[in-house]
Amino acid sequence: MRAEEYKISSEKFVLHSAGEQLHDEKLETKPVSYLKDALHRFTKNKASIAAAFIIGILFVFSMIGPIVSPYKVADEDINYAYVLPKNEFFYEHELGFWDGGRQMGVTEATYNLYRGIEQETGRTVIMTEPEVRQEEYMGKAVSYYDFRLDTYNVVGVKFVLLKHHEYVALQEYQDEYNVQVIFPITDPALRPEAEQDKTNANIWYRTKAGAGRKTATVFDENGDFIPIYQPDNGMDEYTSKMYYEGDEKLYNYAEPKDGGMWNVRVDYREYYKYLHHKAGDGIEYPSFLLGTNNAGKDLLICLASGARFSFILSIIVASVNLFVGAIYGSIEGYYGGIIDLIMERIVDIMASIPMMVVITLLKYHLNVSHIVILFVAFFITGWTGMAGRTRMQFYRFKNQEYVLVAKTLGAKDSRIMFKHIFPNAIGTLITSCVLVIPSVIFSETTLSYLGIVNLNTGSLTSVGSLLATGQNFLFTYPHMILYPSIFISLLMLSFNLFGNGLRDAFNPSLRGTDE
Amino acid sequence: MIAMYMFKYVCKRIGLMLITFTIIIITCFVLVKLLPVDVSTVGIGEDADKIIAQMVSRGYMKMDSSGKYVNTPIIEQLGRYLKNIFFYHDFGIGFNMPEYRGRAVWSVFIEKLPPTILINVYSAILAIPIGIALGIFAALKKNKWQDHLISTVVMVFISVPAFVYASLLLYLICFKLSILPLGVVSLPDIVTTYPEKGYVYQPGAFNWPLYFNKKMFLSMLPAVFSMSFGSIAGYARYTRAELTEVLTSEFMLLARTKGLTKSQATVRHALRNAMVPIFPMIIGEFVSVLSGSLVIEKIFQIPGVGGLYLASINSTDYDFFMMLSGFYLLVGLLAGLVVDLSYGVIDPRIRMGAK
Repeated sequence: MRAEEYKISSEKFVLHSAGEQLHDEKLETKPVSYLKDALHRFTKNKASIAAAFIIGILFVFSMIGPIVSPYKVADEDINYAYVLPKNEFFYEHELGFWDGGRQMGVTEATYNLYRGIEQETGRTVIMTEPEVRQEEYMGKAVSYYDFRLDTYNVVGVKFVLLKHHEYVALQEYQDEYNVQVIFPITDPALRPEAEQDKTNANIWYRTKAGAGRKTATVFDENGDFIPIYQPDNGMDEYTSKMYYEGDEKLYNYAEPKDGGMWNVRVDYREYYKYLHHKAGDGIEYPSFLLGTNNAGKDLLICLASGARFSFILSIIVASVNLFVGAIYGSIEGYYGGIIDLIMERIVDIMASIPMMVVITLLKYHLNVSHIVILFVAFFITGWTGMAGRTRMQFYRFKNQEYVLVAKTLGAKDSRIMFKHIFPNAIGTLITSCVLVIPSVIFSETTLSYLGIVNLNTGSLTSVGSLLATGQNFLFTYPHMILYPSIFISLLMLSFNLFGNGLRDAFNPSLRGTDE
Repeated sequence: MIAMYMFKYVCKRIGLMLITFTIIIITCFVLVKLLPVDVSTVGIGEDADKIIAQMVSRGYMKMDSSGKYVNTPIIEQLGRYLKNIFFYHDFGIGFNMPEYRGRAVWSVFIEKLPPTILINVYSAILAIPIGIALGIFAALKKNKWQDHLISTVVMVFISVPAFVYASLLLYLICFKLSILPLGVVSLPDIVTTYPEKGYVYQPGAFNWPLYFNKKMFLSMLPAVFSMSFGSIAGYARYTRAELTEVLTSEFMLLARTKGLTKSQATVRHALRNAMVPIFPMIIGEFVSVLSGSLVIEKIFQIPGVGGLYLASINSTDYDFFMMLSGFYLLVGLLAGLVVDLSYGVIDPRIRMGAK
């Protein structure tokens, strides 16, 4: 009875979706490709993003720096050697640092010399009010003056040897731009007695013999310097209208030397501008953001071009290693057996050769630029790592079913290797390829630091040799080693963080763990 | 059965290592001997003749029909070289470096070895406990501020090159604050500093006793510190990574459910397992104490093997270069081999050489 009640007549049934064709429903979500997934995971990692950003900045700095900077690596001026970092903004606003100033404690003779330079050139040399302190030195009380010294203006005036036409051209420049470059020559008869001071153009005032080999300044009754300019005796050919402090040619402005040369006393800052004006390279007054090294080269441009070389070298090395290593590793991994065994022994031996031995032997045998030697050495020792990683991936994937399917369908070996198996290795390879870059930069820096390769040619330098030079002046001019050190540390740190992020990003097993 | 298998595997690895070593060294030897020997750099007068006489007596050079000294065939030289090494312990003589000209390579080498070894051993003694302790601490405080702090510092010290913090140390500690001396003191200095101890400096010997006194130790400290920073960071990172992995494994949960306290479980179960991959690292470190660091030796002017190697490269002193290259190669290969083999010895789960 009950069954009757529940009986539903067949007319009540209708076919659902009659006359329609049924399909699988299309996925509404977008497919996430491997690379997209990796990128997604990478962007989650804040430290890696920051590191990538810093690497980007350093890369741009090294690529753009040598192009936009007016200075070239070959530019050097020994008179501006060891000057400290200076930024014009900090200098003008007297902020007390990054202004080319250096804290000094000097004796009275040196202090007077600096005052003399200040008076002669009219520019500040002693930047802060000097503090005088008395100290016992070899049984005598000696006064020391502590102050901040302007390492740029202390250059003052210099003797330069000019040919006649250069001398005339300089005079014409003076008249055209209305600046005093040439200063009166000092009287050789009145020059200081101490031998080391005779060639010092900055001693333009009367001195007398002091203790030992030192000279002491002689002042007049007002406590002023007594000039020792050579009175005009018609020896030089000074035709410029620019006279020293408006005087009507009372003094000689040059001293005749052998071979028709003139020994001219020039205000070096203005002369520097004149030289660059003549060369037309857009440099005005000397001002070096990171200071200069012992040869008077701008450290900023040296650092930038050294870094540029490192980047270019490492990128080339990484890509060549990737290319060769990937092909070698694919062949090893895919064919296996005896081929693998032989090739693996070769890799074993190649990988054990110490870098130092390779570089040295190349250096001894090939009479080529050290750039080529570096490149060859990095290649010889570097590609084996890539080959090993590719081989591992091939061993993992070559026996999987989809490869068997491809084989059954008649795919050629090369197609299976590079179309079906190789893409699986890309993640690992990209990560290790990126990590090759800092390791090459690091090795290159170490090698040039140790002096095993010498990349210092006229227009090239390397971060390592900057560090090595800086090391020699570590206690006197620490700024020379500071900036290359900061650069290399920052670069290595960023690359490590970046590499970690990249490794996690290309590791699919970490998918979804952070969400 | 397993012991036999392991023995065979170890023999195979040693054999392969020796083959690699021989191939590289012979290639290196041939390439070095292909280079012209430039007697003009040796100096003037007797000096050059003495050196040539030594070369002739070793069989590397001979007089040809025109009365000039020429190299003997390379194969012959190789034979003589090996014979000299195995029978007479003779690795050749210094040629181009003024201070070692005419001296036996081996005697100079053993004189330079102690400072290199000592600095490495001190640095290892300092680095291993501190590094592992920091790693354990960071792992136990995972994702707390202590862990973040340690991890950040470790990251910095792993990344920053040794010459940067060595320079910093030299500038701050040795120069500005003058706490430690600027460079390693020389052995004759030590002899004069401690007259009461009756030290004797013998050129060409190890001179071990001269290295164990306060002055020498203090002067080595800056180099030891600079060397250990990197290792400390390395050990800390590795220990932390291993320990955090072990701490989350299921047997730890079992240990806790069994009633062990957290510290008992950590020390008895987690730490022992975490040490498995770290222990080979330590063994490797002790093998490579022989090689040292070229950079650190240059910065602190340590009279060690690294400095000798650099000098021999820069002044093209072939016998020194050959011997030291062989030495570094051997140490590197041995360290790698020992690390690989010790994994199997320490961890019974790892079957060495298993397919």
